[in-house]
Amino acid sequence: MNQAAAEIVQFDNVGLRYGAGREVLADVSFTLYPGCFYFLTGASGAGKTSLLKLLYLAQRPSRGLIRMFGTDAITLPRERLPGFRRRIGVVFQDFRLVPHLSAWDNVALPLRVAGQSEKDIAKPVSDMLEWVGLGDRFQARPATLSGGEQQRVAIARAVIARPDILVADEPTGNVDPEMAIKLLRLFESLNRLGTTVVVATHDLHLIRKVPDSLIMRLDKGKLADPTGALRYPPRRPVDTGGNGDGPMGDGGLP
Amino acid sequence: MARWAMAACHETAYLMKRLASALPRTLRALGGEGESRLLPEARLSGPMPWVIAIMIALTVVAAASALALRHAAQAASADLEGGVTVQIVSAAPAQRQRQADAALAVLRHAPGVISATAVPQDQLDALVEPWLGTRAGDDLDDLPIPALIDVRLAGTATPARLDLLRKALAATAPAARIDAQSSWLAPVFRAIGALQWAAGGLIALFAFATVSAVLLASRNALGTHRETIEIVHMLGATDVQIARVFQRSMATDAAMGGVVGLLAGVVTVLGLARQFAALGSGMVAQGSLAWTDWVALAGIPIAGVLLVMLTARLTVLAALRRMV
Repeated sequence: MNQAAAEIVQFDNVGLRYGAGREVLADVSFTLYPGCFYFLTGASGAGKTSLLKLLYLAQRPSRGLIRMFGTDAITLPRERLPGFRRRIGVVFQDFRLVPHLSAWDNVALPLRVAGQSEKDIAKPVSDMLEWVGLGDRFQARPATLSGGEQQRVAIARAVIARPDILVADEPTGNVDPEMAIKLLRLFESLNRLGTTVVVATHDLHLIRKVPDSLIMRLDKGKLADPTGALRYPPRRPVDTGGNGDGPMGDGGLP
Repeated sequence: MARWAMAACHETAYLMKRLASALPRTLRALGGEGESRLLPEARLSGPMPWVIAIMIALTVVAAASALALRHAAQAASADLEGGVTVQIVSAAPAQRQRQADAALAVLRHAPGVISATAVPQDQLDALVEPWLGTRAGDDLDDLPIPALIDVRLAGTATPARLDLLRKALAATAPAARIDAQSSWLAPVFRAIGALQWAAGGLIALFAFATVSAVLLASRNALGTHRETIEIVHMLGATDVQIARVFQRSMATDAAMGGVVGLLAGVVTVLGLARQFAALGSGMVAQGSLAWTDWVALAGIPIAGVLLVMLTARLTVLAALRRMV
């Protein structure tokens, strides 16, 4: 197998500092492969969100090399960034919904940005919102939604365009356990369709639900490799002590 | 404020609101319905349409004034450019009449002369009447008023041609004084030229003020919607897509302001035209606007909208380039 062609993301000795502060990420090297499911763990302040920002191209590193989709992402010309970003679905920790748009319009945003016609957008958006349990809140503005509802809208928006890579920062932090599992099943469904999934979470229980997942752990800006996830092929599946069981209902994509 | 003025304000505000609801629909129909929802529609919430309306109204009045002045100057200049006045300045009536007859005979056969006509005595009397009056007992015949000959030349009465006429008349009418009619109005033409430049300068200043207002409004809107812009950027929106949304919003404001400004400007121009026409002066009457001028005036709001769109686009694109 041609490994260079297969990799979807490659970080090589990446460092990141904000302004003149200390490095929040140092010597981070790893490779993500298509169709794999990664969990990114680590204590608060370990640099998870910073690493995800580099992944979804909201931040440029202070040093090191990042390749995405086979292209050097650091020297990527500005006009090519939107094309790359459309291939990345992001669930922000603070949701970052557009406040003046309804839940429906927020979910429709990635499709509209990609230039799809209103006719083609209508059904997938409605189906997706139904699926995350917000079928009766289409026209609700984010300010009128609960934290959990906003998070579900954010997830629906991140996955609606079937991205090549899904980056989620604590995506189940504000939802009840049942919904958390349901959303995890959604991520798995996407993963089975070939989307690489990277989920940053504290929740070990969640990690146990995805037995085939790979773990990356950040500790004070440095990356550990407890499961061999960073090598290719991975040495072994993630060992979280669980067996990935659970009811978890319908995991199929809408 | 007078009642009618308040009613006019209400009518204008109502018209703006109607336009506000109609124009976005039209613009959306032109494409990018989805894009237009990327940012909130905050039309008529700010002063932009009113600023544009004022700018367009002032520009229309300035442009109409410049065009009317140009017409007046052109018409007067065309009338006068071949006109020459020959005065026979002699105190002795018999000698004056003899030299006038001789000069008339020479002038009628001089090269380049289309016509040469002695101004009749009753017209001369009418010319001096405002100063000397017509009361019974006045005897104008005793006054040594110069004899006047109105000469029309083919082409412009240049100094060289006037010299030729002077030489031709030197022997037969030594008392003749020859002047180009246009020279009498030269200071008026210079004043009109200066006014035209002033109008052009005003139009340039209005355009500059409009660009400045749009620049500030665009930057303000960018600041207000910065978070939304960052989100849609992260979702893969291009700078051009975002700029287009701002550009469209500004264009809608400008179109509404432009229509109201054009109406206000045209009403002002028509009012001024009526006032000047009432003066009854020949030169003012020739300063009326042709239909091509009205078309040009109607083009001012269109030019305004294009200027606003271009300014908004360039401002937003420059600001977006500074974002990640």
